[in-house]
Amino acid sequence: MPIKFLPPLVLLARLLVGAYPRWIGTSPTATQRIYFANHSSHIDTLALWAALPGSLRANTRPVAARDYWGKGGIKQRIAEEELNVVMIDRSREDPNADPLDPLRDALKNGFSLIIFPEGTRAPQPLPGPFKGGLYFLAQEFPQVELIPVYLDNLHRSLPKGALLPVPIISTVRFGAPLARAEGESKDAFLSRARAAVIELASG
Amino acid sequence: MLLTLHETFFAVLAGLVMLFTVATALGSWLESRTADADKLAWIHQLNLRIRGSWVIVAIFALAFALGGEALTVVFAAASFFALREFVALTPTRGSDYWALVIAFYLAIPLQYVLVAGGLYEWYAVMIPVYLFLLLPMVIALRQDTERYLERVAKVQWGLMISVYCVSHAPAIATLEIPGYEARGALLLLYFLLVLQMNELLAVIASASVGRTPLRSNPSKSVEGVLIGGVAATVVGTLLWWMTPFAWWQSLLMSAAIVVAGFMGGLVLASVKRSLGARDLWLEGGVQLARGALGRLDALAFAAPVFFHLTLFFFAR
Repeated sequence: MPIKFLPPLVLLARLLVGAYPRWIGTSPTATQRIYFANHSSHIDTLALWAALPGSLRANTRPVAARDYWGKGGIKQRIAEEELNVVMIDRSREDPNADPLDPLRDALKNGFSLIIFPEGTRAPQPLPGPFKGGLYFLAQEFPQVELIPVYLDNLHRSLPKGALLPVPIISTVRFGAPLARAEGESKDAFLSRARAAVIELASG
Repeated sequence: MLLTLHETFFAVLAGLVMLFTVATALGSWLESRTADADKLAWIHQLNLRIRGSWVIVAIFALAFALGGEALTVVFAAASFFALREFVALTPTRGSDYWALVIAFYLAIPLQYVLVAGGLYEWYAVMIPVYLFLLLPMVIALRQDTERYLERVAKVQWGLMISVYCVSHAPAIATLEIPGYEARGALLLLYFLLVLQMNELLAVIASASVGRTPLRSNPSKSVEGVLIGGVAATVVGTLLWWMTPFAWWQSLLMSAAIVVAGFMGGLVLASVKRSLGARDLWLEGGVQLARGALGRLDALAFAAPVFFHLTLFFFAR
């Protein structure tokens, strides 16, 4: 059996925050997916990515805000070379461009995505209201599975404004794929998606 | 005939490898042959512990190859994982951030550097005195007084158990005992073996004669713990030749380790229960792993006791 070393970033994430995967309503398979999760700290992206098995990690791209990750330096290097992130333009620098376009491209190319539909960090156990992007992507790509994910404890590891993560044990809980309902309104869909994440919080 | 230090180390290491190879083979043979679900559950518990015994061999081989400093690194890592688990179980808040940063990134390295240097006067007081005063200051400066004492106390408790107490295990190897120079690692091995035998024999005995399940640990029984404890004391007594003790002193020391180890398991089980019934390592009633705290509970209690008994009666 060949020994495979974990990438240093995955090792670091496991050392600092555990990031133990729990596949509750689904199993880790190569189906194209959008993983959507609550967002409570800067370490969320890394933790969710590290919780995926190596074979899926290569084909899964986290979506990250350009105004945070794209400012150059080590952060951008990690984002581009290690995590292979899809940069999203939160501040809409070009008013005519649709910020979701880079996500559509990635989905068309067969990648799975990791997104945080709250759009910003909420340092609390339960997620705030979701933004519309998840709804549009779900409509346009009906064959892609929508997997709710709950990340626990991470806001305690890295509260807002802190730089050094406090080591802690967190679990990454993957729920059952969210079903699409015919003719459902955007708001109804988004609150159903949010409820799916919240339900995993008590699991 | 008196073996040289090198020969003793090598003989003990070879003996352990043989012993645990046989145990591992026997364990997996049993696991593959048994169909009965009840029996399989305890064989699985036993095999988990036999696999844990290999850690002792690895630690000892490391000390043999690299010297005592490597030992402190191993135990520092153990402290890190135990404290990480303790913090996850404790409902800390955002305002505890700096106290936790100090606990992880200052207290752990400093404590183990002091242990490696043999600076008993410093490592004996750093956490219980200086950090005892510093941590409540740091948390108080944040002006968040909700459940203040509870939060301070829990961080301090986590540090005492997972760092202070655990660090006394590598400290055993640094004790200077007249007539037993440079053999500290052997004494640490003696301590670890008695602890591990206590655990292994208690699980085996619980499975064969157990009637009354232990409330703090359902995989053991009252009868099993008593028989295991006596058997581990006998094993410890028979190991007197690797210690600075006479055989009857070794008997008393083993008994002290066994009793303190049992108390550690009992106390940590109560701590975990009071921190909330949720167990990090349980999923749908199935135990996924024992976790760092579960593995270190007996050691955390027995290490300071054994360290101080040896220091008081034998060192200097």
